[in-house]
Amino acid sequence: MQPILEMRGITKTFPGVKALSDVTLDVRPAEIHAVVGENGAGKSTLMKVLSGVYPHGTYSGDIYFEGIERKFGTIADSENSGIIIIHQELALVPLLSIAENIFLGHETARGGVINWFEAFTRTKELLKKVGLNEHPNTLITNLGTGKQQLVEIAKALNKKVKLLILDEPTSSLNETDSNALLALLMEFREQGISSIMISHKLNEISKVADRITVIRDGMTVDTLDCHAEKISEDRIIKAMVGRELTDRFPPRNAKIGEPIFEVKNWSVYHPLHAERQMIKNVDLNVRRGEVVGIAGLMGSGRTELAMSIFGRAYGQKITGEVKINGKVVDVSTIPKAMDAKLAYATEDRKTYGLVLIDHIKHNITLANLDGVARYSVVDDLVELAIANKYRRDLGIRCSSVFQTTVNLSGGNQQKVVLSKWLFSGPDVLILDEPTRGIDVGAKYEIYGIINQLAEAGKAVIVISSEMQELLGISDRIYVMNEGKFVAEMPAKQASQEKIMRAIMKSWDK
Amino acid sequence: MTDISTPQVKPDFMRFVKSNIRDYALLLSLLAIMVFFQFNTHGTLFRPVNMTNILLQNSYIVVMALGMLLVIVAGHIDLSVGSVSGFVGAVAAVLMTGTSPNPDLFTIPKFDFVTASIICLALGGAIGAVQGYFIAYYKIPAFIVTLAGMLIFKGLALSVLGGASVGPLPPTFQLLSTGFLPDIFNIQMFGAPFNFLALVIGTLITAVLIYFNFKERRSQLAHGLAEEPEPIFYGRNILIAVALIGFSFIMGQYKGLPTVLVVMFTLIALFVFITTRTTFGRRIYAMGGNEKAAKLSGVNTERLTFWIFTIMGALAALGGLIFAARLNVATPKAGAGFELEVIAACFIGGAAVTGGVGKIIGAVIGAFIIGVMNNGMSIMGIGIDWQFVIKGAVLMFAVFLDVYYKNKG
Repeated sequence: MQPILEMRGITKTFPGVKALSDVTLDVRPAEIHAVVGENGAGKSTLMKVLSGVYPHGTYSGDIYFEGIERKFGTIADSENSGIIIIHQELALVPLLSIAENIFLGHETARGGVINWFEAFTRTKELLKKVGLNEHPNTLITNLGTGKQQLVEIAKALNKKVKLLILDEPTSSLNETDSNALLALLMEFREQGISSIMISHKLNEISKVADRITVIRDGMTVDTLDCHAEKISEDRIIKAMVGRELTDRFPPRNAKIGEPIFEVKNWSVYHPLHAERQMIKNVDLNVRRGEVVGIAGLMGSGRTELAMSIFGRAYGQKITGEVKINGKVVDVSTIPKAMDAKLAYATEDRKTYGLVLIDHIKHNITLANLDGVARYSVVDDLVELAIANKYRRDLGIRCSSVFQTTVNLSGGNQQKVVLSKWLFSGPDVLILDEPTRGIDVGAKYEIYGIINQLAEAGKAVIVISSEMQELLGISDRIYVMNEGKFVAEMPAKQASQEKIMRAIMKSWDK
Repeated sequence: MTDISTPQVKPDFMRFVKSNIRDYALLLSLLAIMVFFQFNTHGTLFRPVNMTNILLQNSYIVVMALGMLLVIVAGHIDLSVGSVSGFVGAVAAVLMTGTSPNPDLFTIPKFDFVTASIICLALGGAIGAVQGYFIAYYKIPAFIVTLAGMLIFKGLALSVLGGASVGPLPPTFQLLSTGFLPDIFNIQMFGAPFNFLALVIGTLITAVLIYFNFKERRSQLAHGLAEEPEPIFYGRNILIAVALIGFSFIMGQYKGLPTVLVVMFTLIALFVFITTRTTFGRRIYAMGGNEKAAKLSGVNTERLTFWIFTIMGALAALGGLIFAARLNVATPKAGAGFELEVIAACFIGGAAVTGGVGKIIGAVIGAFIIGVMNNGMSIMGIGIDWQFVIKGAVLMFAVFLDVYYKNKG
């Protein structure tokens, strides 16, 4: 079959780095083609070459689309030929409506005057196609991430898409929304639209992909045909990391002690809507040396719970009691919570975790500057020694601790965030989605760090949307839904089905 | 899993120059501008009396730019500094002369200049604190709060002065701007009196600076941290020595070192120290770089913002005092437009509008770039109209270069 897209011998160099070297990718008509690889392998660069972000001439190699050689100079060029890319960070204007967003830049206008009637009618058709039951006048800001993703896709459909590129489309979606999105991609395949899907979620890929191209260190290492043979996740991982990962979770022998962290009757209301209760009378405890997981769907209140405990960083009208080492502690501000030896590593490291324009060293010491200062004067050498210690201990890959954090891969950024909190010397760590958007190798390393923390006698709470991960690393799991803990189970007796069943059952009530 | 070698940064000449291009470009621009005007003013620019003038004319801008840099790095702006400095200068004049704006209603006792100055600095700090309070705790954009402040204090200055100029000020107070460190050597050079003390102090400061530079270099080398290539390091130190000693030599030929220069240098040193070495300074950069992350890392961002504006207010007051002492009179127009030069100095000096980026030395150089241009263009006889146009173009060009190189990566 004649491929719809062929990229041949694509090489792209940045000053000092070869990001892509002789990469080949071909996508057939009506195919879902997955592109996988570790973070920093070159997937995003390849997509930027394809979509014209890096214009023709800044890379070498040829691109053929629908059999014609293409030399895209801008994103508009690639969009005009039917290649639409949907980025990980959605590009919608939050205070405009769905219809306004869909037609942004392509308004149904004559002489500059917009025909809103036509825009609404077409928006309705498009929303129907993507299965989104919302009024075209709804503002984007009032939609959840899953629905926003669907609006993005509707926007792509409006542009007569022939090849849809999705960069980590489900990374911020819950399971239901993810499945809906995948079903949509399969429907598009029926209609003859091809998709390229970049994802770390191998289970989703094996569910929908027709073929998989694996990229490692800027090179195509393998193209797997899912219909020719049964492709196991381990097979893909092996190609991605270039080595066999016999176990995805490091072994650990838990030595669990007395409870050191207890939360009683915790209630929180929405910061803007005072009548909306977000967290409803949650009780929680963690023992010394224990890793406790909190499972739940997106929006179930896990992050809200964690952030409200950590110095009331979220919500209002907060009531309840926090005990650390048996004593009631005041956690009403972030500095107080930190004094009580509590730490919270955010789920959104770029917005809440790192000062991206600053280097690794400054980021690591930010939460404990007094630990490297005397009389408020920072001792550079002590600070440097600390930064290098964490760089070694956690295996942060960088040219030096003076490297700006914005240039690090997701996994290494996460390690910097973890370093920062480890240096603050906490007894209780709350890690919110510690492995989101991180490649398999780095995930394994993060799990190892979590184990070490538990072995060092700390209490660790892990919030994650990946149930396998929670099952693999926790000792005990709380299941959260709609602001309540709906189940609690030892990890050994837990399973994905059990967790999902607990969530579903809580809805039935 | 971990194959990390010990941190060893290879001194790479071109790479280093490239990554620090902004700093060099700034310094070279100042030098280029000075050389340009030296030629076009037929050698007037570097004349001792003119160099002294440039310093005196810019001292208050530099002083205020120090605070403004903190404000801008923190991600804010302060439009009120000109009005505040004018208002404080007016209050100072009223207190020192005992002039009541409305003698029929009330009288004002005459304060000695020390008490009056202390009251004025405290007043400036209080003004900054009030503005900072609204910005930090009520999250009202600094642009709005200080725009309001700009109007309010412009009006209050007029009201305090009763619409007229108040002066003259006590001679001892004037020394703040017109005084010089007295000569203690009584040496003649080139058949004219030469203030040898200026040269001695200049040389001492140079020696201390270079001593600390070498000390830091040694410790960097010991820890494998020396990024700066050797030739650049030595070149930089030689340049510092030539500039400082040459400068004090020129100053010595006139009346010596102005008192305000001592104030200015002390403050510059203090603020360099605060921004580069203290936890307070570090937190300002972190907050400007990512306020949410800083807050979640335990930085009390509200209190920090509050203090930054308080400091800015006190420095605006000091600027107002220096300006009043220089003119020997407080006029209702004092301070008008200062905020523009102060803000421009910071941005020419490489501070980023988005916050988190900027250096004290950059702001100081930026202030002198504007100062030398003001002075040079005036001597050349360029009209005030075109002076504005040219200064605007320079500001635009400097920021354009910043953005251009940032986008280019």
